[in-house]
Amino acid sequence: MDNLGSLFHGFGVALTWYHVALMLVGVLLGILVGVLPGLGAPNGVTILMPLTFTMDPVSAIILLTSMYWGALFGGSTTSILFNIPGEPSSVATTFDGHPMAKQGQAVEALSFAFLSAGFGALVGVIVITVLSGWVTRFALRFSSPEYFAVYFLAFASFIGLAGANPVKTLVSILLGFAFATVGMDTISGSLRLTFGFDELLRGISFLIVVIGLFGIGELLLTMEEGLKFEGVKAKVSLSGVLATLARLPRYWVALIRGSLVGVWMGITPGGPTAASFMSYGLAKRFSRRRANFGKGEPEGVIAPETADHGAGTAAMLPMLALGIPGSATAAVMMGGLMIWGLNPGPMLFIERPDFVWGLIASMYLGNVVAVVLVLATVPLFAAILRIPFAIIGPVIVVVCFIGAWTVGASKPDLWFAFFFGLVGYVFKKLDYPVAPLVLALVIGDKAEDAFRQSMLMSQGSLRIFYENPLVGTITTLAILLVTWPLWAMLIERVWGVRTARVQPVDLE
Amino acid sequence: MRLAVIVAAVAALGASPAPLSAQEWKPTKPVEFVGAAGPGGGTDIFARAVQLAIQNHKLIDQPILVANKGGGSGAEAFVYVKAATGDPHKLVFGTSNLYTLPMVAKVAFKHTDFLPVAAMVFDEFMLWVKGDAPYSDYKSYTAAAKSANGTYKMAGALSKDTDQTLTRYIEKDTGAKFIYIPYRSGGEASVQLSGGHANSHVNNPSESVGHWKAGQVKPLCVFAKERMPKGAKVTETQGWSDIPTCKEQGAGIEEYQMPRTVSLPPGSPQAAVEFWAGVFKKVSETPEWKEYLERTAQTGRYMAGADLKAFIETDEKRTRKVYEDEGWLVN
Repeated sequence: MDNLGSLFHGFGVALTWYHVALMLVGVLLGILVGVLPGLGAPNGVTILMPLTFTMDPVSAIILLTSMYWGALFGGSTTSILFNIPGEPSSVATTFDGHPMAKQGQAVEALSFAFLSAGFGALVGVIVITVLSGWVTRFALRFSSPEYFAVYFLAFASFIGLAGANPVKTLVSILLGFAFATVGMDTISGSLRLTFGFDELLRGISFLIVVIGLFGIGELLLTMEEGLKFEGVKAKVSLSGVLATLARLPRYWVALIRGSLVGVWMGITPGGPTAASFMSYGLAKRFSRRRANFGKGEPEGVIAPETADHGAGTAAMLPMLALGIPGSATAAVMMGGLMIWGLNPGPMLFIERPDFVWGLIASMYLGNVVAVVLVLATVPLFAAILRIPFAIIGPVIVVVCFIGAWTVGASKPDLWFAFFFGLVGYVFKKLDYPVAPLVLALVIGDKAEDAFRQSMLMSQGSLRIFYENPLVGTITTLAILLVTWPLWAMLIERVWGVRTARVQPVDLE
Repeated sequence: MRLAVIVAAVAALGASPAPLSAQEWKPTKPVEFVGAAGPGGGTDIFARAVQLAIQNHKLIDQPILVANKGGGSGAEAFVYVKAATGDPHKLVFGTSNLYTLPMVAKVAFKHTDFLPVAAMVFDEFMLWVKGDAPYSDYKSYTAAAKSANGTYKMAGALSKDTDQTLTRYIEKDTGAKFIYIPYRSGGEASVQLSGGHANSHVNNPSESVGHWKAGQVKPLCVFAKERMPKGAKVTETQGWSDIPTCKEQGAGIEEYQMPRTVSLPPGSPQAAVEFWAGVFKKVSETPEWKEYLERTAQTGRYMAGADLKAFIETDEKRTRKVYEDEGWLVN
């Protein structure tokens, strides 16, 4: 195998003391930006970028990608311990991760999250290693109708899960779509819903919304509930981690499903956030333990984490091979490639094998380094939980607002964060689910662009979504998923089998 | 070797006498380069290339921060820098969107609000088709598009911007009709063409070079007065200079280029405008800059002062005319 030979050559490039040291530094910085809500991987990479100008491209990309892995891992820590996602892609981890922590299983939740994330990342890299050529050709078959079908599928797999009240879910989704349309419209080139305010030109960043809804909103609730912090003590002992590791194979279905969803969404490129939502949605729908979801089910942690990291890793491939970034962070790194004098595109693999395979080899090593380091930092973050809420509460508020500031260094963003904090509080009080809003905000405008591009292509005919077997299959799958409750009911009637009926579980 | 070149260049720069005037202005705090586009795009790379040259040759004493404010197709950056009235430590890096954006979107700035410092480089536009397409030049492609009765798809970056404007020029020139499909960036448009989901696009060279090398797309011609300068081969057989101009192939479009511009906020002192113009002039003479131009296949042309003002006035009028005909004008 050609690719394996190249990979070993890549290990030769990546396995130097200098590069391993860069990985350590990158991962540690990444964990730091990942833990702070708002200050996400894209910001971290942007800030670090100027330092890499004088470095050799391989070293530079190793530093930046390691930071990315660290941030992906760090984002889950706060999701589980504080119910405040450090990264938008770890929103879905809060659904079951935080309930687990509340029940005194913080160590298990964290270990499950990190180990399954490591697994997802590993699958992602293996796919890149083995199938790079094939995947690149496959990705080229994707055009706007296929993109729309993929977003539709992501949405379909998550929709209807909130159970409690379909009308409230619908309101939440529609608000998300409305917020997603604010700002410049790619298709018409005009501004929408800015009402003449310059502050709204940029649209509403989903980072800000996540900080508000989860960070500030959560704190407001905590305050009302009596200034008691709901995080739980987490001591990481090696035996605890090993015990979790031993239990991990039991969840092989969730691991494999999560990895596949992740790799698929990373390549197509739906991005890690959509991938984690989709994986959680699918797990909740089809798992044998679906009744426990939302109450602290380990599978509800494993599913989104595996997909999140699978997608984050797999997104590197379209970036390198096609020049289309699969995530916001990949977009920033692509700018870096051009500055270092590399042209992303199909020829990069042939012209700069040292760079490409060095990077791929470093992804194997970097993720191992990240899993070890992130497990090591857990006691540190867990110690924070022992500090009285009266002290740590205000600190988290400050951190949230600093995070909101770093998104775009603009003052109105702080007000938006505050506003969405109130929205989050009201939503929780009135029992509206917030997750559909976040998902609609993240993929809403992309889905809209893809749909309108498709309509331009077909001059208004919906038949374009069944024009070839690829798009037809995805569309059919999505429609099946949307109408799944009907099918489930039908199957139950006809065969009398208890099927995948979703239990009404509150999705916070 | 490369070090030696840089050292030599630094020595040369040091030797050139710096113009010292009585009311000289110098940055006294960290400087912000604000890019009017998202990270990773042409504007970001432009700003960072300038930053790199300034840092390597220590052309100013203060640190430089590159920030991208790409919201509202870059309007965010202009609004932000406009708000920093009288502070020449904030510079906005843009393209012709400095004067085209206020025409198509209701934004709170006009191009006359800013003090243009310099245009440093002009990005070329090329007509690209799929690598295995049967067309060999401008005429054969547009003739095929014309006989296809408006079913050919032209992919491009953004709406009511340079790509769509050029598409309209081509339509007017040849009578062909295209379905213009806007994507978020030229890179996305290029992938769509490689995958055969569009018939052509008018990307800048740097946006499609990767796909050209792999033979997935090919340039038919460049919308310039003359061919691009000789350089290294890009593909096995061809370099940028081997691409004929569209005019050679009988196109009625003389040239179409996009300037990359740097401007200061309103109310900045004239001394600051001159200071920055001087710095950018020096930047345009560094080896880093030559490397940047070659890598991105752009045409380096330094323009400042009255020349720049006149250029902007002419180009603004010309574009306004097209936008008016298309019904895109809002201001």
